[in-house]
Amino acid sequence: MTAQEFIHQTVTENPVVLFMKGTPTFPQCGFSAGAVQILKNCNAQFVAINVLENPEVRQGIKDYANWPTIPQLYIKGEFIGGSDIMRELFGNGELQKMLADLPAN
Amino acid sequence: MSPEHVKQLIEAALPCTAVEVEGDGHHFYASIVSTAFEGLKLLDRHRLVKERLKSQLDSGELHALSLRATKTPAEAA
Repeated sequence: MTAQEFIHQTVTENPVVLFMKGTPTFPQCGFSAGAVQILKNCNAQFVAINVLENPEVRQGIKDYANWPTIPQLYIKGEFIGGSDIMRELFGNGELQKMLADLPAN
Repeated sequence: MSPEHVKQLIEAALPCTAVEVEGDGHHFYASIVSTAFEGLKLLDRHRLVKERLKSQLDSGELHALSLRATKTPAEAA
């Protein structure tokens, strides 16, 4: 499986996916830590992919969304944004709605 | 670079009704109200700002810009 196939499969088979540096328990970057905290504040169930474990996924995720930075949040296969966008969507309540609209998993 | 200079770059790149920029000379935080955001979802608003400032971001003139808020005039009212 190529990195692009892995990314596509991961974001389409899981309702909420965060590509990040490190893990939710041990984030390796402040922006990734902030993204995890926002999802936790939303009580969201999510799959976390640690891009530091795979250089091809680390580069591939930037190409997949045509977005230059990590973390990246996907909901129902759609790229939502990075940490700034997550923060703004959380601040205006939209992220909570997007996550609440998901079927229980 | 000063926050005021970053504000001027943003105002030159987009039709803005309000821009606020804070920063320490390296990392800047901007809140922008612009008619250019009408009809765009948040991701596309951020893409638009970064695209319009691409040359300054690529050259390193503008090192790091975080967007705190991107609103239309109606949303900011």
